[in-house]
Amino acid sequence: MSETKYLLFLGCVIPYRLSSYEISTRKVLAKLGVDVVEMPEFNCCGYPMDSVNHDLMLTLAARNLCVAEKQGLEILALCNGCFCSLNETNKMLKEDKELREKINGYLKEINMEFKGTTEVKHLVHVLAEDVRFEKIKNAVKRPLTNLYVAQHSGCHLVRPTKFVEHGDDPENPKMLKDLIKLTGAECVDYQDEARCCGNPIIGVNEEVPFEMAREKLDHMRVAKAEAMITVCPFCHLMFDLNQPRIEKTFNEKFEMPVLHYPQLLGLAMGFSPEELALNTLRVKPVKLLEKLRTN
Amino acid sequence: MSEVQEKVSNVIKAKEVDPKFKYKMSKMHGAEKVMLCFQCGTCTADCPIARFSEFYRPRRIARMVQFGLKDRLLSDKALWLCSNCFTCVDHCPQNVEIAGIVRVLRNLTVKENKVIPLVYTVLASNLLKGGYVYEIREMHHKKRAGLGLPPLPKPNLEDIEKIFQITGSSNLLKGVETFEKVES
Repeated sequence: MSETKYLLFLGCVIPYRLSSYEISTRKVLAKLGVDVVEMPEFNCCGYPMDSVNHDLMLTLAARNLCVAEKQGLEILALCNGCFCSLNETNKMLKEDKELREKINGYLKEINMEFKGTTEVKHLVHVLAEDVRFEKIKNAVKRPLTNLYVAQHSGCHLVRPTKFVEHGDDPENPKMLKDLIKLTGAECVDYQDEARCCGNPIIGVNEEVPFEMAREKLDHMRVAKAEAMITVCPFCHLMFDLNQPRIEKTFNEKFEMPVLHYPQLLGLAMGFSPEELALNTLRVKPVKLLEKLRTN
Repeated sequence: MSEVQEKVSNVIKAKEVDPKFKYKMSKMHGAEKVMLCFQCGTCTADCPIARFSEFYRPRRIARMVQFGLKDRLLSDKALWLCSNCFTCVDHCPQNVEIAGIVRVLRNLTVKENKVIPLVYTVLASNLLKGGYVYEIREMHHKKRAGLGLPPLPKPNLEDIEKIFQITGSSNLLKGVETFEKVES
């Protein structure tokens, strides 16, 4: 397998409402010499169905894995939820013979078989471990000096630890932080960095996720962050799309722009804000872009 | 209801208890270690949901499984407040995987045709119709083309329908009773 060629797994949220993440990712990866191949016939990763039927989740995920195996390529996931279900299913089916036989029994009905020959990686792993820091650093043409940002890795990039073998610390995730530093921006520390965004339960309850997100935004503000950096569409929606409603609910003003990591990296690589779809963000990064212009 | 009556109705009656429930749970993928929980409470203390919710208490869920309070568990809407962050899984000194237990209980709720959150039936029906849990419409495809993004692949809906059938997921789409919101 080529180290820099992957099957791009878009999942559901990105095509539905977050093209900005996809656009910026494609731009940045192309410039870094990473080949992305469109994944044929993929379906939902399975994650949203785990709560209602575990076998359904495993089989949906395994079907995607079989598609990747047939292509002979590793999967590159942009969403933490997709990474979680595809990676966990891949690891569980490789290790647990009984479970593999059960799921392969289901897959037989659609003429597929899980063989265990592929790997699943998140964008962060591809950048940090395969592309590597040196190459990214060399691609930075316009360092974002004097810019202070806060990272939000999200849960499923680092947890549960037993399935994520990339050496990051789930209590204090560093991989995204290191990637942020390559852009020349400062990555501030803030209280409870590893805490969940709350979005997974927004379909049944808004009060708790709003409280959780408000608290995180507050901690970032205290640490003087000028923007927040995410690597998951669910986390992004929670903090960007919902921010005006969070502000209204608690009668507070955050005005915290939320950028996808490839947008931040793209700016440092010299792409224009329009090329990276920064204009589509709900919280407009006006001050941030003004600062970069006058840097 | 007076305060006294309320307390009396919360008392566990012998007929409510299913003594075999904990053994059945221990055989389910993800809930195998429920008997190992010694009630230290690390899961509840570190749970980001429990911080802001009056009703969601993971330690309590583990204890109720051990006690065999199946019906109470499956009709408790708070079960649907877990956000799957896996903090409890990582922090449990007994490796109990509380989030896995919650997931197994949610699955059982569906299997036994109890009342479940509406959102899951909507996601499941979208998935069956289009391959994604959100409805990707013509306007999404047009927008992609306008942005210069490659077209989305055609999903294999036959495969998805088959997967629903063979995994016994079809009850998600018809006859299941739903509720919209969970009080926190």
